[in-house]
Amino acid sequence: MKASAFNYARASSVNDALELLALHGDQAKVLSGGQSLMPALNLRLSVPALLVDIGAIAELRGVSVSNGVLKIGALTRHVDVQKSSDIAKHAPLLTEAIAHVAHPAIRNKGTIGGSLAHADPASELPACAIALGATIVVRGRDGERCVPAANFFTGIYETLLSPEELLVAVEVPVARPNSVHFFHEYARRKGDYAIVGLAASGVLERDVFTDLRLGFFAVGDKPMLAGASKHLVGKPVTASMLADAQTALDDELDPQEDQQASASMRRYLARQLMERCVVTLLSRPDLEAGKLA
Amino acid sequence: MTDLMPISLTVNGERVSANVLPRLNLADFLREHLSLTGTHVGCEHGVCGACTVRVNGDIVRACLLLAVQAENASVETIEGLSDSGEISDLQAAFQNRNALQCGYCTPGMLMAAQDILTHEPQADREQIREYLSGNYCRCTGYHAIVDAVEATARARAGRV
Repeated sequence: MKASAFNYARASSVNDALELLALHGDQAKVLSGGQSLMPALNLRLSVPALLVDIGAIAELRGVSVSNGVLKIGALTRHVDVQKSSDIAKHAPLLTEAIAHVAHPAIRNKGTIGGSLAHADPASELPACAIALGATIVVRGRDGERCVPAANFFTGIYETLLSPEELLVAVEVPVARPNSVHFFHEYARRKGDYAIVGLAASGVLERDVFTDLRLGFFAVGDKPMLAGASKHLVGKPVTASMLADAQTALDDELDPQEDQQASASMRRYLARQLMERCVVTLLSRPDLEAGKLA
Repeated sequence: MTDLMPISLTVNGERVSANVLPRLNLADFLREHLSLTGTHVGCEHGVCGACTVRVNGDIVRACLLLAVQAENASVETIEGLSDSGEISDLQAAFQNRNALQCGYCTPGMLMAAQDILTHEPQADREQIREYLSGNYCRCTGYHAIVDAVEATARARAGRV
């Protein structure tokens, strides 16, 4: 299908974009890389009166590190994330996850800000953001505000962004020397949206997690930071601790059924991912279900 | 309500100017305004890869880019790559290996294949398969396509 008619404005600066958004409110849509917006327009799921193209705003591009914070500009493309040595060093979870985001031709256009603002519950980057304890930097005409990623996502394609605000960057605390990460998703085909996925980040002291943040995606209407991880931190993980964590995870999940998977299949896969994550990060094959300790 | 907008860009090395509606995507612009019909339109939402072209050296989905976003860009289509001879060996390998039947996916498949051959010339079958996973083919079962790309990679590296 073809997109319905709309007007188009190329913003020359963040302020210019904010003026346009203030003027047109929810009649306007922000165009970043367009790799989620354009399909929605072509399928006429989205029918805005105006597209505000922020693609030429140089200040929204690029990756920097200072004072223990990795800052990634909203317009940083997936391919740039994939190739960034700063990101590989300070947030390797993102480097690993980005290879699962669509395909090369899409990663050449899609942006991290666009993916976070779009907030597809099955997409990888929002889950990475909550697992990494990232901060979403949002600018409005009254100034900038910082929103913890864990609070930012509110529902399917919904965030705390107002129609008059622009997501300008994401900030990630740099990985500590004993930081560990895990990423895996179940998908029918490499590059497809996940059936269920897990982006995890933790801190390991010898064989004990002192921190473990499990960001599940495609398990509900938004990425979920699992409270169940509390069963896995503070002491060496035992089979019964892992079983308790999996039960707690099951209690907090509310997965939907669609043509890809039933709700119970998603619950099963999420529990499997939790186990796989713990086994991998601790190098503890003895914790795999069905194996004798 | 929606006015025509002037755009100016380079397509296969030639400067092109036109007035287009904002909603026109690059694939339709190439096909309908420039009669470059090698760029195919399949799904129109970024899934099938038939519309793959190069913009400023990077492969992209032409159905997911507005013509107005290509202002000042350098666009290369399958016609450009074919006419310049850049991919003549790859095209010959597709023919030799029966890597196409109906041909609908072939232009996009060639664009994506040339991209991995350029950026990852040492890629093995598994990497080729993964790289091409964003391009659908409904005829060949992909095996012959991977054969053709692998054969080209070997030939270019002198590893025939």
